[in-house]
Order: sequence, then C-alpha cells, then structure tokens
Amino acid sequence: MNFLHHGGSCGHSCCLRVENLSVKIGTDPILTDINLHVHCGEMVALIGPNGAGKSTFLKTILGQREYSGIIAFSEPGQRSKKPRIGYVPQSPTFDPSDPVSVADLFACCMSKRPSFLGLSKQMRQTVSECLERVHAQELIDKRVGTLSGGELQRVLLALALEPMPNILILDEPLSGVDVEGMETLMDMLDEIRKTYDLSILMTTHDFSMLPRYADQVVLIDRSVRIQGKPDVVLSSDAFHQAFHMKGGCV
Amino acid sequence: MSLWYGLCDLLPLEMLRWEFMQNALLALLFMAPLFGLLSTMVVTGRMSFFSDALGHSAFTGIAIGAIFGMAAPLWAAVIFSVGFALLFSYVKSRSNQAADTLIGVFSSTAVALGIFVATLNGGSFTKYNQYLIGDILSITPSEIGLLALTLVCVLVFWGLCVNRLTLTAIHPQLASSRGIPVGLSQTLFVVAIAVVVTLSISSVGLLILNSLLVLPGASARNISRNLRQYHGFSVLFALAAGIGGLCVSYYTGCSAGAAISLILAIIFALTFTQRKRRA
Repeated sequence: MNFLHHGGSCGHSCCLRVENLSVKIGTDPILTDINLHVHCGEMVALIGPNGAGKSTFLKTILGQREYSGIIAFSEPGQRSKKPRIGYVPQSPTFDPSDPVSVADLFACCMSKRPSFLGLSKQMRQTVSECLERVHAQELIDKRVGTLSGGELQRVLLALALEPMPNILILDEPLSGVDVEGMETLMDMLDEIRKTYDLSILMTTHDFSMLPRYADQVVLIDRSVRIQGKPDVVLSSDAFHQAFHMKGGCV
Repeated sequence: MSLWYGLCDLLPLEMLRWEFMQNALLALLFMAPLFGLLSTMVVTGRMSFFSDALGHSAFTGIAIGAIFGMAAPLWAAVIFSVGFALLFSYVKSRSNQAADTLIGVFSSTAVALGIFVATLNGGSFTKYNQYLIGDILSITPSEIGLLALTLVCVLVFWGLCVNRLTLTAIHPQLASSRGIPVGLSQTLFVVAIAVVVTLSISSVGLLILNSLLVLPGASARNISRNLRQYHGFSVLFALAAGIGGLCVSYYTGCSAGAAISLILAIIFALTFTQRKRRA
C-alpha cells in the first residue's frame, strides 16, 4: 500500500511507475489494473468521461486512497522512494470572507511560526520568490478568496512548487479559466517542467491544448482504454466512444 | 491575587473598590483572549452551531455528575463534553448527512438527556440556572486560576497548531495534500473547544457562551485583510466587550454576560458597515 521498492526499471533517468493499480470504494471497483509510467520532464494528461476515476487516480497517487498494486518512484542510482508531490486541487474555492492573504496561505503551509504573528522578513522574501516563479508577486497581500480563477491557479501552483516536487499533480487546472488564461497557465507549466525537470500529471476535459503541450495522453474509464501520443489517442476509436463523438474534431 | 487587588486599588474606578468586581475583571482579562482566539477558528471552520451544541452537552454532563453525587460536576461535564465532541467528529466523518443536521441531532439529544437526568424523581431544575445564565460576578479565585491555566494551555496549543488548523479550516483537501493530518487537527480543535466551553459555562452561562465564541471572530472578519489582523481584532473586540460589559453591568445592574454579548453585537454592526472598505 506504499510507494514500494520494485525491482523493475523502465530505463529512464527517473520514473513514477504505476503497475496493476486497482482501487475499490467499499466493494465497488473504481479503478482496475492501471499501468502507467511517467518520466521526468514529461507532461501526462489524464482524460476520461465524468466518473471515469481520474480524480480517484490522482488521490491514490497522493496517498489519500487505499489501493492494491504498485506505485513506485525511482531516480538513477537510488532505491525507490516516496516521491515529493506538489498538488493543485480541482476547482479550488476559498470563502471570499476569509481574512487569509496569499502570504498567510504560504506561511500556514511552510512556516512553523504561528500565522497570527505575521510573516518574518525572511518568510515574506521566500513567499515572494515562490510567487515570482509563476509571475504572481503582486498577489502576495491579496486575500485568497478574492482572487480570480486564473490568479488562484497560479498561486496554488506556486505553493505546490515549494518545496520543489518530483511530481506535480493538477486536478482539472483548466476548468474555470478563460482561453487566454489557459494558454498562460499551460505555457507556465511547460516552462516549469523544462526548467526543473519534474513530471506533470494532470486531468483535463479541455483537449484542444493537449497536442501542443502533452507528451502522453492516457484515456481512463475505470481502466486505461488507450495511452500514447496526443494525436494517436485523440483520433482513436476508444476516445470517440468514450466521449460519444463522431469524427475527429477536438 | 493580592497583587491584582493592590493594582485595582490604585485605579481611580469606583467599581473596582469591590472584590467581586476585581475578580470579575481579572476573569474577563483571561477569558477575552481565550474566546477571541478560539472565535477566529470557530467562525472560519463554520462551527458556530457546534460550539452551541457543546454548551448543551456540558450542561448535560453537569446534570449527570450532580445526579451521581460527584463532588465536582464541572469535571464530569468536561469528560462528557469531550466524549460528545469525539463522538460527533466520529459520526460526522462517517456520515453523508450535512454537519448542521448532525449538530441538531446531537444538540437536541444532549439537551433532552440533561433535562431528563436533572428532573429524575421530580428533581428541581432551578439549581442549574447558574449554568444557563452564568454569573461572572460570583467567580472565585480558584475558578480564575483555572481560567488562567486554560488560557496558557490554549496559547501553547495555538502557537503549535494554528497554521495547521487554519489550513484545515479553509481547504481540507489542500491541507491533506501538504501532509497535515486533517482528521486529527479537527479532533484536537473540537476537544479544545469542548474543554474551554465547559470550564467557562458556570461563569458565562450557556446562553451567552456562543455569542462569545462567534461574535468577536465574525466582527474581526468584517474588517481584516490577513490572519494577523483577524486574530488581533478578534481578541481586541472580546477584551473591549468584556470590560465594557462589566462596566455596563455595574452601573445598570443587568447581567454582565448579556451586556458583553450586546456590546459584541454592536461591534459586529459597526464593523459590518465598514466591511466594503477592506481590500
């Protein structure tokens, strides 16, 4: 049930390997026999109809669901270990009346100093540097509940990148973001994975961005229906069946 | 206590010539930061009705303790409240019912059980009135000592856990992804609330307790932009209402608890009118 050492290797410098993963809730099988490799620097998009088990899969990787099978992360010359995971939740919403600034949110996650004492100069500097990675320094004193969808995604992305993770998981990062915001966010993710050589695993219902940004697309519907390059998956029969589409328009 | 009494004698206030007023003021100076701090998390975590239900369970614990002849029914109440809080957390984590529905179930059960136990064999309910209305003016030095000890414990707890509690309250899923044990954090907080509510019930009263746990935080939210201001304003409002309410009570002869609550309500109204000015 943990990120176990597993003798197998896929020949890449580092890899998150998911093998024969199954998840049940009660007696209901939610995911069955999932196999997936995610390599460093890769962006992998999980797609599938509503209720297909995408979010459950991400929660399982996050360690929030019981499972059977293997989830292993390995780096060259090292034993398999539990990977550091950065997580950006689906449709993150905060109460607009919460008096919690962006700086407070970071301090709550990263600092042991009680948040009601305010931020130390050093902590504020660290938060500012984190926000700079996603070009959001100006948001440091804004209340999280008043941020727009795109701003909040950037702030949570900055939070997920501290400490720098091995794997960045984003649950529906494009929902609630306008087209311009989508491009900005995807460009940012592309830049981040190249700069820091980290793996990105995201779920999405927006397929238009995938050919441009994703290395691998995995169609899940309780089990993996098809996986491969975006153009292969998006033109497959399995894809059209899953989304009841006719023709290849995405 | 003699140091405090000496200090009060130096102040040119007529009301502080009385020892019971000196005791009440000192108790409020301990209670205000206590409730001010807890209030921030009660409001952020949407637990206003839960703290009210806890007050009812404390009353039930006192009634049970008294009926079984316990020398200090307050401790029976603490045990009952903590048990009530833990049972509620357990049921909530395993139920699909909305939190307010479950609070209603627990609260009404606790009240019914309390009244049932208190009136067994034709017993009189009158002796429990002090727990319903409360009387800060009759607080004893030993009760003040207990409040001071509770404040110290809560300050230590707050210093160690406030960041986790805040993150858990504003976004449990995010907190969980950062490795915070969400269930444990929530349970620790409800236990802390249960202990504080129960220890304060005899001096503040069941009916007033909830306003002290909700209004300072609710008022502070109206005008705060960050957690520092939120906590600061909440404690400040609780202190101002505590001292103000005691003065009003002395000069008008009304219940101190009711005066404190009404001043808090006025503070809420004033801050409500200023809420749009915040960023």
